[in-house]
Parts: sequence; structure tokens; C-alpha cells
Amino acid sequence: MKQQTFLFKGLSRRRVEILDAKTKDKLCFLDKVEPNATIGEIKSMFHKSHPQWYPARQSIRLDPKGKSLKDEDVLQHLPVGTTATFYFRDLGAQISWVTVFLTEYTGPLVIYLMFYFRVPFIYAPKYDFTTSKHWVVHLACMCHSFHYVKRLLETLFVHRFSHGTMPLRNIFKNCTYYWGFAAWMAYYINHPLYTPPIYGEQQIRLALIIFLFCQIGNFSIHIALRNLRPPGSKTRKIPYPTKNPFTWIFLLVSCPNYTYEVLGSWLGFTVMTQCLPVAFFTLVGFIQMTVWAKGKHRSYLKEFRDYPPLRSPILPFIL
Amino acid sequence: MSAAAPGTSKAAHSDVAPKKKKGPGALATAYLVIYNVVMTAGWLVIAVGLVRAYLARGSYHGLYYSIEKPLKFFQTGAILEILHCAVGIVPSSVVLTGFQVMSRVFLTWAVTHSVREVQSEDSVLLFVTAWTVTEIIRYSFYTFSLLNHLPYLIKWARYTFFIVLYPMGVTGELLTIYAALPYVQKTGLYSVTLPNKYNFSFDYYTFLILIMISYIPLFPQLYFHMIRQRKKVLGHVEDYSKVE
Repeated sequence: MKQQTFLFKGLSRRRVEILDAKTKDKLCFLDKVEPNATIGEIKSMFHKSHPQWYPARQSIRLDPKGKSLKDEDVLQHLPVGTTATFYFRDLGAQISWVTVFLTEYTGPLVIYLMFYFRVPFIYAPKYDFTTSKHWVVHLACMCHSFHYVKRLLETLFVHRFSHGTMPLRNIFKNCTYYWGFAAWMAYYINHPLYTPPIYGEQQIRLALIIFLFCQIGNFSIHIALRNLRPPGSKTRKIPYPTKNPFTWIFLLVSCPNYTYEVLGSWLGFTVMTQCLPVAFFTLVGFIQMTVWAKGKHRSYLKEFRDYPPLRSPILPFIL
Repeated sequence: MSAAAPGTSKAAHSDVAPKKKKGPGALATAYLVIYNVVMTAGWLVIAVGLVRAYLARGSYHGLYYSIEKPLKFFQTGAILEILHCAVGIVPSSVVLTGFQVMSRVFLTWAVTHSVREVQSEDSVLLFVTAWTVTEIIRYSFYTFSLLNHLPYLIKWARYTFFIVLYPMGVTGELLTIYAALPYVQKTGLYSVTLPNKYNFSFDYYTFLILIMISYIPLFPQLYFHMIRQRKKVLGHVEDYSKVE
């Protein structure tokens, strides 16, 4: 009897029951599911019976406390019988990464410009709509704006995201961070009492070179990463240096996009503006990016046995 | 801001201490026992100092000066507790403990010590008293827990006294910060103005006001967390009255 069932396993339709991971209540019972159905398809079916839980907010797992199954996982390759039991957890309202990025980057762009043009109610009324007499302030505005326009364009045309969505509350957290810091920095740089860098033109020129170099570097890395992943896919491959010299840093570092971002763009901007709040922003960003880089480095090491041993997460040989 | 401390500071620790005993090793336990005994003794010294000074002067006024040094010493010493969490010998959140200890330290040094004029305020006595009673109970609670010999009285005190001490401490703290405001504004204490070569500014007066405002969302959360902890730990007493 058992052997017969085994032989038929590959051919017969399956049954799927979905239970709540916390209460173990039966939430859904799906009959006649194809064995080659993916988790993604099962999520769509579940969504039909529970319209409030769209697929992006479903976490389906084999074990109530286990890891979420991937959308690409196929039913018949999972360790389940002819009736598969899955556990469901609601991930909460979700928002797409693209939406989050666009919102969190548009804020700083607009906010900085408001301070630059000295919109009323920020500084004393006699300064409304005046412009700074220091040319470095104009330069800083151009650099800051360029940086965020670049980020917006990359979000729309370059990045290939492996996750479609993130929890909704993240957008509030992220926007507070980006918008808050942008306002704080912009307030001082565009202030009527702003003091330009001590070493004047030399300092500003050096800072600008560093800034531009790292903007190009960061962009090169984003392109290189994009090219690793065919359109619409979520594959992960080890990034390697390409013909572009800006990517040669891959020899020493796992996440050179972060290296360029911190060491270059923001450090450069700090030196250019000689503004303590910018230094704070650079520091906080550095800490966060180091955490991300270490995580990414660890997952590279876990996934790829042949991962180049010379690489550090974010700073060559140091971190 | 650290009315957090009356009992809350180790809210996580409290529901762990009686149950999870596998935590720190023998050496760490010995160290922690010594630490908690020393802290209990320290705050007892402050308590005794307050009582003696009151009896000697015959009034509540200006008692701060009689215990200023031990207060600073033992309250600042509590910074070690952040280290204990970071190193792992105490199973509490580093962030939560850090927040609570630093807010106490802030009040001790950045408000009371820094603004001499508030030192003779009665509000200082209010929070010092609240802190003293709370800490004596809290540190003895930890000492006994570590020795696996916790008298019910201490447990009960820890989870009951806060009901009065916490609001008392918060009131004292807020009144003290409020009293400090005019002097901070007048002298520009700890404030940095533009222009300067770092292109940075900081207004301590506004900062203190923001601190006071932050008590509004924070205090109720911490207070009701302790009340929930109380129900959990001292539970059975409540259950009977609830049934009625």
C-alpha cells in the first residue's frame, strides 16, 4: 500500500493545508494542487481565500518557528507528504523596496534645496530667499543634489532587488533618518553664519575630487552588481573585478559600494563643507553600512565555498 | 528620566533572575554578588546620610549637600551595569540598561551638579529619596537572587514600592530640570552658537525642554511595563481579587 502511494506521489495532485503558526488554527485547505506548484502559486491561492493577506505579506514555512520558504520552492521537492502542512505568519503590511527608496531619497533632495534657497521660517526673515556669498555652499548643493538624483535614477534603472517588499513601518524609520539628517546638515551649510573651510580652495578642491571619484566608483559597483543578475531574476553570484578600474577594489572588499559611499562621497562632503553634523551623518552611515557589509560578507562565505579569502567586508584588511 | 530605574531598569532581568539560573559562571556570579552588595551598602550610606542630616538640621532644606559625594560616586558607578550586559554576565538589554543608567547619570551631573542654583531645591530631595529607596531594594533583590535565596519580602518590595517611588522620582526630576532652565538660558551653559569653524550649534536650554517632553511618552510605558511585571511575578495575589 505504501509503495503504491510512493509511486503515485509524483503524478497525483496534492492537498495543502495552511495553519496559523501561532494558534495552529486551520486557515485554508487547498485541494488538487499540482505537485510542481511553487510556493508563490500557493500564496496566490491562499490570497484568494484571505484577500487581506496579499502574497507579499505571507510567510509560509514547514515549521511554525522555522525559516520562510522561498516563492521559487516547488511543492514536490519539499519534505512533505501528499497532504502538505504549512504554517503561516503575517509579516504585516508591506511596501515595495522601490517605493521606499524613492521616498527616502526624494526627501533629502527637496529638503536640502529648501534650505539652500532659504525658504521662509527657517532663518531670520531678512535672509529669506537670499543666497550664500560662499561659492562652496553652491558647490555643496550641487554635490548633494547630484548624489540623491543619482540614487533615484539607480533605484529606477539600475538596481535589481532580491526582495520585492519590506515591512511598512520601515518607511517611517528610514525617512525619519534620511530626511532628519538632510535637514540638520542643510541647516548649517546654508546658514547665513556659515564658516567656509579653513584651508579654503585647496581643501574644497581635494574634497571635490574625492567626492567625484567615489561617486563614479559607487556607480561602477552598482552596474557591476546589476550585470551579475539577469533581469527579473534573484540569482546571487560572487562579484569580480571587471575591465572598469573602479571595480578592481572587489579584490580586497566584499561591498565596495559601501566603501566608496563612506570613504569617499560622504567623507569628501564632510571635508568640503567642514560641518560637524555632516561628520556625524558620515559616522552613523559608516556604522550602519559596516553592519550590512559584515552581513553580506558572511552570507557570501556561507553560500560560496570558493569565496576569495583575501576580501574584507568593507575596509581592505581592516573591517 | 530615569525614573526608569525604580524597579524597571532590570525589568528583563527581573523575570529572568528567579528562573534562568544557568547564566554567569561562578567567577562572574561572585563578582556580581560583590558588586550588588557594595551598591546596596553605598545607597544605605546615602540613606543614613540623609536621615542624619535631617535630624541634625531639623529641616528638609539643602540635604543634597550632605550626600553629594556618595550620590555621585554610586550613581556613576552604575555605569558598570552597562558593561555587565555587554559582556553577557547579566541577561539584560545593553540598550535599555544603557538608557536608564545614562539618564540617571545625566540628571546627577548635567543638571544637578552643573547648575548650582538647583542644588538647594526641594525637588532634588524628592528624586534623591526615590532613587535611594529604590536602589537599596533593587540591589538587595539582585544580591539575594544571585545567592538563590530571595526573601519574598524583598521581591514584594521591589515590585510594589515602585508604584509610589516611580512617580515621585519622575516628579522630582522634572521639577529639577524645570528649575534649572532659567539659569541655563541666562548663562548659555553647555551651548554652542554660530558662527564657528565646525558649523555646529547646540542649545542646552532647548535640549532640556525636549528631555522634559520625552517623559510624556516614556514614563507611562515604563510604568505600565512594571505593573505588568508585578502581575506576572506576584501574580497569585492579584488573581484572587480579580475573580471577585
